[in-house]
Amino acid sequence: MILHELLDYTTLRILWWGLLGVLLIGFAVTDGFDLGVGALLPFAARTDMERRVAINTIGPVWEGNQVWLILGGGAIFAAWPPLYAVSFSGFYLAMFVVLAALILRPVGFKYRSKRPEARWRNGWDWALFIGGFVPALIFGVAVGNALQGVPFRFEDTMFARYEGSFFGLLNPFALLCGLLSLSMMVMHGGAWLSLKASGPVAARGRAYGSIAALAVVVLFALGGLALWLFVDGYRITSQVVTDGPSNPLLKSVVREGGAWFANYAAHPWMLVAPAFGFLGALGAFLGMRGQREVLTLLSSKLSVFGIISTVGLSMFPFILPSSIDPRSSLTVWDSSSSHLTLFIMLVGAVVFMPIILAYTTWVYRVLWGKVDETMVRSNSETVY
Amino acid sequence: MELDVVSLSRFQFAMTALYHFLFVPLTLGLSVVLAIMETVYVTTGRAIWRQMTQFWGTLFGINFVLGVATGLTMEFQFGMNWSYYSHYVGDIFGAPLALEGLMAFFLEATFVGLFFFGWDKLSKLGHLATTWAVAAGSNFSALWILIANGWMQNPVGAAFNPQTMRMEMTDFWEVIFNPVAQAKFVHTASAGYVCAAFFVLGVSAWYLLKGRHIALAKRSMTVAAAFGLAASLSAVVLGDESGYLATEHQKMKLAAIEGMWETEPAPAPFTAFGFPDQEARETHYAIHIPFVTGLIATRTLNTEIPGIVDLVKLAEERIREGIKAYDALQAIRAAGSSQVPQAVSETFEANARQLGYAYLLRRYVDDPRQATDAQISQAAWDTVPQVGPLFWTFRIMVGLGVFFILLTGTFFYLSARRRLDAHPWLLWVAVFAIPLPWVASECGWFVAEFGRQPWIIEGVLPTAAAVSDLGITQVLLTIMGFVVIYTVLAIIEMGLMLKAIRKGPTFEPANPRPSSNVPQPGAGIPAPLPAE
Repeated sequence: MILHELLDYTTLRILWWGLLGVLLIGFAVTDGFDLGVGALLPFAARTDMERRVAINTIGPVWEGNQVWLILGGGAIFAAWPPLYAVSFSGFYLAMFVVLAALILRPVGFKYRSKRPEARWRNGWDWALFIGGFVPALIFGVAVGNALQGVPFRFEDTMFARYEGSFFGLLNPFALLCGLLSLSMMVMHGGAWLSLKASGPVAARGRAYGSIAALAVVVLFALGGLALWLFVDGYRITSQVVTDGPSNPLLKSVVREGGAWFANYAAHPWMLVAPAFGFLGALGAFLGMRGQREVLTLLSSKLSVFGIISTVGLSMFPFILPSSIDPRSSLTVWDSSSSHLTLFIMLVGAVVFMPIILAYTTWVYRVLWGKVDETMVRSNSETVY
Repeated sequence: MELDVVSLSRFQFAMTALYHFLFVPLTLGLSVVLAIMETVYVTTGRAIWRQMTQFWGTLFGINFVLGVATGLTMEFQFGMNWSYYSHYVGDIFGAPLALEGLMAFFLEATFVGLFFFGWDKLSKLGHLATTWAVAAGSNFSALWILIANGWMQNPVGAAFNPQTMRMEMTDFWEVIFNPVAQAKFVHTASAGYVCAAFFVLGVSAWYLLKGRHIALAKRSMTVAAAFGLAASLSAVVLGDESGYLATEHQKMKLAAIEGMWETEPAPAPFTAFGFPDQEARETHYAIHIPFVTGLIATRTLNTEIPGIVDLVKLAEERIREGIKAYDALQAIRAAGSSQVPQAVSETFEANARQLGYAYLLRRYVDDPRQATDAQISQAAWDTVPQVGPLFWTFRIMVGLGVFFILLTGTFFYLSARRRLDAHPWLLWVAVFAIPLPWVASECGWFVAEFGRQPWIIEGVLPTAAAVSDLGITQVLLTIMGFVVIYTVLAIIEMGLMLKAIRKGPTFEPANPRPSSNVPQPGAGIPAPLPAE
């Protein structure tokens, strides 16, 4: 097979870095509102009927949305094997906590309304809350740790040694990032409830969502400031080989203040990303105040897109820096799959992504419209 | 079992994978059954078939979410507990997993919501297409997962790259059309269909015994008997033994399953009964049925199946070649970017395929080049999996497979004669047979995976070398976590399943049997629960 040489290794690596971003953003803008609705459930919806309305706004779609996460995991495994190997084993207990929370979610949606008892339903409501709140927080904490560098190093067999602890992950900067990602998801969930729910649930969704949107603006600004003041970035000091073998140990790296801002200094157009982050959140805030539902949801998506892109762009070409052995850091140029695998996966993505987007759009169109109490009551047996 | 990270990680993986596979086969099979039922509804327009689709769909839903939830664990776990594995083969193994997401799971998960919520929002044909999309998605999903698993058994289309210290893909088509993977897919999908058939058959039999939902139960049984008979035949006849000759360790697995220590003249007999003895290296009190194994496994009369002792001799040669590869690899790595002598790279190329065999010596010596002859011989014997457990689980699986054919065949005959309710005792057999296909499926996975030991990827990487840098406490904590969460969820799931079965379909069409929803007096069924 020589077809794969149509695209050179460097280009494929950049494309897969972009696709990784697409998948993470795809997850955050679709499953993100499911997480947000979960985290808002006990507060935005107070009676059993209100909760059923809230749950049924995401009932038919959360399952498809979650595949963005599953596909993201699969794509990291296939396209960035060392990243998959180091991050999942390094964050072992944190990953388990996220996993446990995510396991509760599908079951919670499906099983909650299968029995009438208040205790049963309340129990599942808390399970759904945990299933939304915990992943939303921990994903942000993980990004916060990635920005600071993670304590791992490779032996020369490429066996990854990890020297951190679970509680080491919970440092102030990482928690700040966790709160930012939680606010993002709550804003997004609020925007969704405002669009799809009705009555008091939609109103509370707007109320909590607009507070979260303001929190996003403040925390994003604080995060940028803290990154500038307290967090060192990383820079490759050896000659950068963009199409060499995927072996992180072949380069040298230094840790230095301000390195995470170097890309923005070199390419000011990249500032569009943080601008989207702020403007989207402000737009969502104003949209919720003015009850412009579609505009709110789109702004909220824009904000999520902007914030995640900001992180990716400021770290480029780093993906996961190592704090204890900087040369072990994973970068776009030395932690990808082989040329052939990246090409085959790209063909798969180019063929199937449009098909996925087409049928997902169709499903959302079929399900268009608000969920209200009448709808839940008249379909009590079939809906959640 | 030693309490080390390798054993604990293996235990956790086995536990979570076997648990995951309690839900997967029913999803695989029932999605197809639903699609068949709905197709009958759309083509005939008879409301009862819609009711059947919705009723079995409710049970499908209760099962489906746990399949999804526990599937997340599988995806996370490779990275969490098997990080060196993920690094070493992610270039090949990750691709089918990602393609599964792109091609199969998105389809399944996006349409499954519409299956439940779309009855009033879609045209009949639109909904039927949705149901088929779910069935296609779940079956494609199994195909990709089994391509990944088949590669662990027969790692084709890949080569070791000394610069990155990992296996890299050389031929994608070889990975996709791996004969072991193809055999596994047919066998595993068939097993899933058998599970679904027995589930539908057993629950319907219970309704007939209780005199409830007769119309729904009889039609469901007819579908299940035909579907189940075809699936049982396919699962047994197209068993994945056909893949067992593809590679040396697959041959070892086959020899272990048969308790066949010495190479037998072709066609080899099938050991129907016996007590394999790992220490004495023989199978006591063996009762042989001539020719059967040779015929099933090789599909010929004259292909010899090697016995364990001969395969061990072969493994010893492989280890010696692996040491040469290991030695050359150290020279290549020491050379760095400077030129490697041609003789060294030729030695490496010639022996690279056996590199994994050198790692088998790590158990006895840090540097495989320092191994003594005794250690090499010991490592060669390590390639023999535990024969006893494999021998027995395989026989349980095969025995059950024969029973599945007989039972579904009987019901197929009865349904053709329209005498499904003629023999109540047979209906009871169907009820109590519900768990058996699951037993057979779990036995099958045990044979496939336990039989692959000591390898995680045959001939490429020993299981003991594949783990993450974790402490015992960490793994023990997650094992306890999984045990708690999974036990609670299993209890809840069973409760809801039984509740939904007892409650039966939520509405009955006016025809064809008006009285079918009325419980027979004194049948001892709990009153239907109030609508929620």
